[in-house]
Amino acid sequence: MKSLNKFSNLKNLSFKELIYNNEARAIFIQVATVVIIVSLFYSIIVNLYDNIEARGIVTGFSFLGGRAGFDILPFLGTYVVKFSPNSTNLEVFYVAIINTFVCAGVGIILATILGLLIGIARLSSNYLISRLANGYIELFRNIPILLQILFWYNIFLNALPKPKNSISFFDLAFINNRGFYLPNPLPQEGFIWVIIALIVGIVSTIYIKRHFKRKQDETGRQTNTLTYSLGLIIVFPIIVFLLLGSPLQFDYAILGTFNLKGGLAVVPEFVALTLALSIYTATYIAEAIRSGIEAVDKGQKEAAAAIGLTKTQSLKLVILPQALRVAIPPTINQYLNLTKNSSLAAAIGYPELMSAFGGTVLNQVGQAIEILAMVMLVYLVISLSISVLLNYVNKKMAIQGR
Amino acid sequence: MSINEQQTARKPPISQTGIVLWLRTNLFSSWINGALTVASLYLLYITIPPLLNWLLISANFNFGTINIFGFNIQFSEEVATNLNCGKEGACWPFIYEKFDMFIYGFYPREELWRPNTVFALTAFLFIIIKLTKNLKYKNKILLFLIIFYPVISYFLLFGGFGILPVVETLKWGGLMLTLIIAGVGIIISFPIGILLALGRQSELSTVRFFSVLYIEFIRAVPLITILFMASNVLPLFFDAGISMDKLVRALIAITLFQAAYMAEVVRGGLQAIPKGQYEAADAIGLSYYQKNILIVLPQALKISIPNIVGSSISLFKDTTLVLIIGLMDFLTVVSFATADSAWLGRHLEGYIFVAMVLWIMLYTMSRYSKKLELRFNTENIN
Repeated sequence: MKSLNKFSNLKNLSFKELIYNNEARAIFIQVATVVIIVSLFYSIIVNLYDNIEARGIVTGFSFLGGRAGFDILPFLGTYVVKFSPNSTNLEVFYVAIINTFVCAGVGIILATILGLLIGIARLSSNYLISRLANGYIELFRNIPILLQILFWYNIFLNALPKPKNSISFFDLAFINNRGFYLPNPLPQEGFIWVIIALIVGIVSTIYIKRHFKRKQDETGRQTNTLTYSLGLIIVFPIIVFLLLGSPLQFDYAILGTFNLKGGLAVVPEFVALTLALSIYTATYIAEAIRSGIEAVDKGQKEAAAAIGLTKTQSLKLVILPQALRVAIPPTINQYLNLTKNSSLAAAIGYPELMSAFGGTVLNQVGQAIEILAMVMLVYLVISLSISVLLNYVNKKMAIQGR
Repeated sequence: MSINEQQTARKPPISQTGIVLWLRTNLFSSWINGALTVASLYLLYITIPPLLNWLLISANFNFGTINIFGFNIQFSEEVATNLNCGKEGACWPFIYEKFDMFIYGFYPREELWRPNTVFALTAFLFIIIKLTKNLKYKNKILLFLIIFYPVISYFLLFGGFGILPVVETLKWGGLMLTLIIAGVGIIISFPIGILLALGRQSELSTVRFFSVLYIEFIRAVPLITILFMASNVLPLFFDAGISMDKLVRALIAITLFQAAYMAEVVRGGLQAIPKGQYEAADAIGLSYYQKNILIVLPQALKISIPNIVGSSISLFKDTTLVLIIGLMDFLTVVSFATADSAWLGRHLEGYIFVAMVLWIMLYTMSRYSKKLELRFNTENIN
């Protein structure tokens, strides 16, 4: 109704009045925007169809069912999907997504640990430590990430020994220029019970903590739950593990004539990429942590001491909750950046989304539009999920005004 | 006999003065701190000496005789080659040998005066901007320069018009190309970013919708997918007759990418302007354009300058990604130079040289941005 009224108002105006009328102008600009954008897209699509026809490019997603016909660097994704050159292009897509997530996941964990350490070290009262942390941040933040990836990859290939002279850690794990060879855990029958015990332990710890928290609210008496947690989360699963007769075996790598056999091989591409991404992203996380801690007013610490909290209590109950409110949103943003930057694997050939699917498959099939659209879609979904998470965290952390 | 003889003050104990005090308070204030200090000293001990050894002490500096400003400086009798360079240290003559390639790519050697003139012009431009800062006509001078500088630079670098021989963009490369990509990306994305930011803040719902869609889409995907899109799909978007240079495609991708980030930076500035400014502009009867150009944008852009510099630094770092679509930028030169059979396998020297040059540039820029931030902060407090 409202918009109808608007138009009826405009009808009575003369042409000159119409030009200077704000509403008329608003409608005109919006219509013009839509027309320009639609015509732009129209011309793009028309040209696209002409070009596709002229060049004889195949369209559609039927290529996904086709045989891939190439081999992928064996890593977690290829094991999970059981990939072989006879697999389809769609399976390449799955392998690529798994590899992206593995790299992003490991990278995020490493970057968080490193960033946390460096960020705290940056504020240390120890002169040497804080200078070193600052040097780390300034050094790695101001070198392009792609250069760092290439650098570590090169170091890996050139500075580490050949397989024949692998560096060995008690014959359990090996390092050489073809990768890290770790013991491959092979869960035996009954291992599932150990995992169930672990889950039971975690759940009951949460329940016990809640119980004592309620008790503290009622009576004011505090109870230290550390022994309960340790017992339930660590000792209980270990007892189950031993009772079942250690249902976990390891497949160790064995030094052959030319290369190592068996074990869990971690390819150098993965190590270089994840290392570079974590080192680079850690500088940003460290800065976020530092600004978070610095954002807490000094009075808060003094007030906590004045009401008799111990140092640990004041850190746990007063400082950290306020510091994290400032530090977590930029940190989550950095997780997104790390995930996006993992696409730089295309430069060293770690088979993730952009390299295996957006690179190799694209070169084989040549259907750039469909393939890149799929790749972009995956990143869009990741971005959107992280935005949703960020909004949730922000809402949860917002200061509750009274 | 005086009882109250003046006593000279005793010196404070040695643990309370000078370097000992400094050490105690800063390095060994507690057991944990002491242990951390020792641990970090050990960390330095295992990293710094081998690094210095590789970079300098065991490194090979047999450049032969170099002519610097007319003086012949003899570094060594013989010139090092890849074979006699040694393995335990860096081989710097490699960088010296390939220096032109690092800076200009495959730009014809006899035409190098052209990029050099452009470098000099750029420096000259900065000096003029500094000098005319307080002049009355500075805006006119700036406008003149902003229009003519790119035209002259393009003419010098590309040539043509029958005056200078044409140098195809395929031959452009090295640091020169990196600077061109970053410069063009930053400058062209700026106005587009402002428009997008205004669009996002606009009261017109369709304009707002398209701006948000564009900004959020671009920010959600990695630059490399956009670069791939530009290098593989973009030519299909245009009439078959239009042939597109690889460099132009990369420039379009980078500009469109940067515009979205610039828009968010400018939006931050726009949102920081108090509402009263908008209302005051409305109250004195300014139109939308007058309001934005005269009142809002000058203030918003001023507050967002540090972030604009920060975003430009990110773009500068991201220009290295053109390596993946096969443009020969500063970083790509390393693989070209080491593919030369005379210098096989000298990747590390190349990467370290590139890293050092880029680090110095990026560090200077980030210092500058921090300085700007401090300056604007104090202005806000007063």
